Amino acid sequence: MIGALTLLLLYQLAGEVLVKLLALPLPGPVIGMALLFATLALRGGVSDELRNTANGLLQHLSLLFVPAGAGVMIHFARIGGEWPAILGALVASTALTLIVTALTLRLLLRGKERPPS
Amino acid sequence: MTPRITEIWVYLSATPLLGLTLTLLAYQAAYWLYARSGMNPLANPVAIAVAIIVALLTLTGTPYATYFEGAQFVHFLLGPATVALAVPLYAQLPRLKQMLGPALVALLAGSVTAIVSAMAIGWTLGGSRETLLSLAPKSVTTPIAMGIAEKIGGLPSLTAVLVVTTGILGAVMARGLLNAFGCRDHAIRGFAVGVAAHGIGTARAFQVSETAGAFAALAMGLNGLTTALLLPLMIRFWS
Repeated sequence: MIGALTLLLLYQLAGEVLVKLLALPLPGPVIGMALLFATLALRGGVSDELRNTANGLLQHLSLLFVPAGAGVMIHFARIGGEWPAILGALVASTALTLIVTALTLRLLLRGKERPPS
Repeated sequence: MTPRITEIWVYLSATPLLGLTLTLLAYQAAYWLYARSGMNPLANPVAIAVAIIVALLTLTGTPYATYFEGAQFVHFLLGPATVALAVPLYAQLPRLKQMLGPALVALLAGSVTAIVSAMAIGWTLGGSRETLLSLAPKSVTTPIAMGIAEKIGGLPSLTAVLVVTTGILGAVMARGLLNAFGCRDHAIRGFAVGVAAHGIGTARAFQVSETAGAFAALAMGLNGLTTALLLPLMIRFWS
């Protein structure tokens, strides 16, 4: 587990360094994820240790969003004043995004599955 | 007796231990409720945990900054967890290769829909400029969204809250909405949830199936990338 955690941190670190060096518009962990994905694809396999540690971390991914979510308390005043705009935008836009993405993908995959006649 | 308790409280409230323990306890209580409800998306564990924590902090008059000194250790794990998403993603590599083209088109459609609809609806309903700019990256995972908000003139800490709320909403709505439109394929469902509702949607997708989770993780990563590249350009174009 310690080995796998070290590996994850090293990839994150590599991601952060690349972001700073190349002035990329992305956070380090996302670059780290891309680097690890590329490594796994090149090596053609995942060690059991890495798989178990990754699954352990991801099983409770929701926990990791709790501290940022609790930050809602410092924005009560703004949210209270603008709640129709905030709530309306969040609910409608999230629903629209779900539908547009799912239907676009389904449409394109359907076209692909059908044999050309 | 009472002064002793006050002393202990003063001491404890100054250490990170309390914030960290509170986060884990609140989450476990929330997760217990979620499991008891049969993993009903309405009993979203993030929403319940946040409600418990905010209620306790408000009752004890503890500032968020004090709480975050402890909670930051949990928050920090978002980094390595994001890197760890490469593992389930790799497991879906064969399927991924098959649908890469359609997935990229759907990603672009979803990403633009998320940005434009959030800002347009917020603007129609009278949102202020700062709020609209904080809303724009709401479908992207927290660390990326906060970075984007800072860049385009939004409030990063408000964005974090809006992102988490979006994730909860997406996780709550996905099942009903996608069923209503007859989307049964777990890869498609996962992908849509990942684009619309980032990590929280992904967390929910993993609880449904590994395929849905992996595609959600893929979509989340790709949407982070797309929005980070697209949004600053769109804002520059508009203003």
